[in-house]
Amino acid sequence: IQADGTDGNCVTFVLHDEDHTLGNSLRYMVMKNPDVEFCGYCITHPSESKINFRIQTRGALPAVEPFRKGLKDLMGVCQHVLNTFERSVKEFRAQK
Amino acid sequence: VHTTDFPGNYPGYEDAWDQRRFEEAFRVDVIREEEDTLEFDMVGIDAAIANAFRRILLAEVPTMAVEKVFVYNNTSIVQDEILAHRLGLIPIRADPRLFEYRNQGDQEGTEIDTLQFQLKIKCKRNPQAAKESSDPDELYFNHKVYSKHMTWVPLGNQTDLFPDADFRPVHDDILIALLRPGQEIDVLMHCVKGIGKDHAKFSPVATASYRLLPDITLLQPIEDEAAETLQKCFSPGVIEIQNINGKKVARVANARLDTFSREVFRHESLKNLVRLARVRNHYIFSVESTGILPPDVLVSEAIKILMGKCQRFLNELDSVPME
Repeated sequence: IQADGTDGNCVTFVLHDEDHTLGNSLRYMVMKNPDVEFCGYCITHPSESKINFRIQTRGALPAVEPFRKGLKDLMGVCQHVLNTFERSVKEFRAQK
Repeated sequence: VHTTDFPGNYPGYEDAWDQRRFEEAFRVDVIREEEDTLEFDMVGIDAAIANAFRRILLAEVPTMAVEKVFVYNNTSIVQDEILAHRLGLIPIRADPRLFEYRNQGDQEGTEIDTLQFQLKIKCKRNPQAAKESSDPDELYFNHKVYSKHMTWVPLGNQTDLFPDADFRPVHDDILIALLRPGQEIDVLMHCVKGIGKDHAKFSPVATASYRLLPDITLLQPIEDEAAETLQKCFSPGVIEIQNINGKKVARVANARLDTFSREVFRHESLKNLVRLARVRNHYIFSVESTGILPPDVLVSEAIKILMGKCQRFLNELDSVPME
């Protein structure tokens, strides 16, 4: 990761080796955060595998915070999806 | 279409992320499971995350496939590079979780990251064949090279590591090449672990796709011949005709089966009476595996890979000081 920004509130993170897979889902999780004023990602060039991920926060919150919270929320979602999926598969097989 | 449910977009709606509300609304239903296919529903999740799972299933779940082919003797009609290309595409039944990735620049390959296979076959004429037969099955031995002729050659201590494992191609009847008497193929193959992003031969799914649940609403009650035409407009099983008070009335029986051909909009009389839409957060996933791993294991691995990506960035955030 590289960070680049004028002040702590609006930061552009450059994530290497990433594409829409993580970019879009992370953007969704960060947008759900009410402290975030602007969140977006773009792929600088399709031949290079890196994304520019920009977060701008309302007020004095440093931009790293919503980024971290978004990642943690996304992990929480994945964990819950994994548990629910495995439980459903087990139930389906049990009642077959 | 982007989702619009983020905080501040609709005044009065509380759209901020709430893990508990997500968990209450989310559910997964398995509809059908066969040996290689799995069809399941995910309700209550967003398009961005469902698409992330689909992309990971296609491109980032690792598998083992033939990468390097050492050709000792190839006197067949099939050129070396074409033969190597075909061998690479054969799915190998080997659990990729037992192996590591090969280090960059490592030419030899150790036993923890490489599987070795050998294909050694020679075509001979059959001396007992009848004089006038023209059937190649009778005339020659071994003239068709199938994937069942590939044998596993254990490297190093692989016999101890995997005592009861049987590494072979998933399907035995994949035709690799055709030979005639006097031609032979003698190659040694190295399989490594890779992901679909690198080369499509590493993709573990035949395909993985999702669609949204259709939502068909009849704006007005439709009767008699209009009901019959309506039933023909949709896929069979979607619209059901009931007999109420002697009149035939149409009812939406199973919207799930519809393939959305929009035939109904070609009929002037029925155009305005039906509304076709999609339920925004109900995804019907369909995963078909190539046989390397069962499809439910593939989905679990894909979810774990997404978690691994997040964890990687969390670790980086914590370790590297941000200025």
